[in-house]
Amino acid sequence: MNLINHLINGIHVGSIYALVALGYNMVYGIVKLINFAHGDIIMAGAYVAFFALDAGMPTVVAVAASVAFCVVLGVIIEKVAYRPLRKSAKISLLITAIGISLLLENAAQKMFSATPRLFPKIIEGGFYIGERHISMTTVVTIIVSAVLMAGLTLFVKTTNAGKAMRAVSEDTEAAQLMGINVDKTISMTFAIGSGLAAIAAVLYCCSYPQVYPTMGALFGIKAFVAAVLGGIGSIPGAVVGGLMIGIAEALTKGYLSSMWADAIVFSFLIITLLLRPAGILGKKVVEKV
Amino acid sequence: MRENRKSFFGRTILNTCLCLAFFLIVEYMIGAKILNRYYTNILNLVLIYVIAAVSLNLTCGYLGQLPLGHAGFMSIGAYTAAIITTRFSIPDLGPISGEAVLFLLATIAGGILAMVAGIVIGLPALRLKGDYLAIITLAFGEIIRVLVQNIKITGGAMGMGGIGRYTGFGWGFFWTIMVVAFTFLLVNSRHGRAIKSVREDEIAAESVGINLTYYKIVAFAGAAFFAGVSGSLFAHHICYLEPGNFGYNMSIEMLVMVVLGGLGSISGSIISATVLTIVPEVLQTFASWKMIIYSLLLVVVMIFKPSGLMGDYELSAARLVRKVFRKKEETPKLPENYTEGEETDE
Repeated sequence: MNLINHLINGIHVGSIYALVALGYNMVYGIVKLINFAHGDIIMAGAYVAFFALDAGMPTVVAVAASVAFCVVLGVIIEKVAYRPLRKSAKISLLITAIGISLLLENAAQKMFSATPRLFPKIIEGGFYIGERHISMTTVVTIIVSAVLMAGLTLFVKTTNAGKAMRAVSEDTEAAQLMGINVDKTISMTFAIGSGLAAIAAVLYCCSYPQVYPTMGALFGIKAFVAAVLGGIGSIPGAVVGGLMIGIAEALTKGYLSSMWADAIVFSFLIITLLLRPAGILGKKVVEKV
Repeated sequence: MRENRKSFFGRTILNTCLCLAFFLIVEYMIGAKILNRYYTNILNLVLIYVIAAVSLNLTCGYLGQLPLGHAGFMSIGAYTAAIITTRFSIPDLGPISGEAVLFLLATIAGGILAMVAGIVIGLPALRLKGDYLAIITLAFGEIIRVLVQNIKITGGAMGMGGIGRYTGFGWGFFWTIMVVAFTFLLVNSRHGRAIKSVREDEIAAESVGINLTYYKIVAFAGAAFFAGVSGSLFAHHICYLEPGNFGYNMSIEMLVMVVLGGLGSISGSIISATVLTIVPEVLQTFASWKMIIYSLLLVVVMIFKPSGLMGDYELSAARLVRKVFRKKEETPKLPENYTEGEETDE
């Protein structure tokens, strides 16, 4: 009885993780960088949605504003901070990403203070299947995530832009020789990833209605764990990883204690990296010299 | 070679004298109350951060990896040492104070436990490429925090009080010398060159027969040991530990110190750790903007000077002396790879 509730909860949270993991996955696939700022883009998206809703805008407009803001933010971050370093050592790129993430967090703290804001309820109601109550939030979250993931898969598989993305992530130089505009493709990847993050932010706030400057940090890292678990660079991998992390977390919270949930998630990461470094659905890439 | 050894000998004597002089002057100033308690406190904190930053530079600057769990190692060292000093006592042995012996042993124990944790976490993590290491050490730091929060012996979320205030200038200075000497001797040895070659190009290093995992573990374990030591000093400086002390932000602060000072420069780490500890203490307005400025610094330094402000340049007293008393028969500077070849021949 309880188990099924926990599983539903897990799928609910897991599909949000999956959306965020997709962003990590795409960016990692194309520039080989853990975008530490991704989690904080979620935070930015949550604040924009909060202020838009607070100003009395309808839900759709608020979500659109949040998506637009995050897309612009993601593209700017890539242009200003990551692009000048694309050719330099990986460690510099990582340190920059950490710097950007800290900057966003602390700027938000300065602007909006550390006090959490209460996110308004935008999805109401629920229904019963037999004895079991299922909230509308869960249903909407799962459906929206599923649609977005299917859309993204179609986009990457069938359109020219998607093909360009796959080509750049496979071999940047060869792609450039084939006439693909690498800069534009990378910008587009950041835009899509950040847009997904904004939607994930709104969905996240529907189930955990608090907006605060560091909300994205741990959430983002857990989503990254999901991406690694599923297999970096693979879209279905992100989905599988996200769901697994979500369910593992829900079960830990349900049966053990919410205190241990983070530790369990991170031990998942360490075990995955030990047993199968490429992730569940990732393929092993041999480095050529 | 003989010339080399002679200059090494001279350098060692010179540096030892300088350290001793510095130590005696500061001790005198503390004794004569020229430095009041407030300044002594800051001085201790500076030394603690210097130890942590120099040890982080070993993995970050010389090995070229990016660990984000340095605070986790500090926390292991801090709690281990604090648990030992609060539970046990050693009677005085004549002129040797039992307290000091206990504190020394506790600090070493803290360092060793941190080192063991470093090896345990390093073995799986270091087989992987750079960014995974960053995330796995970050995860490790979080796991340590959760553990500390949930087990009894560390006082859980309540924290742990009643720790003796043992950290003084003497201890801080002693361990600073230890970490600087260890790092300096390591990175200038054959092993140090192997470690640096891992940073330059892993595949090339591996193909000339350097055991990647071994050298990564050596650097990682050394860094973890001194992180544990600095954690122990920190615990016996503030006398009260809570899990929040050693969060992600602490790891980042260490990283800023290393990056700013120069990836691969010990003196750079010492200078930037000193400056970055003193400035927020003295300027309260700066303190509230600290993290924003740190994050901007990280990005700007990386974009314009990716190796940090000092790069791998070292301040050297010996070089200064040589410049002042320039000798006529100054030997021409040998290219670096020449000396390297010479030593590996031995």
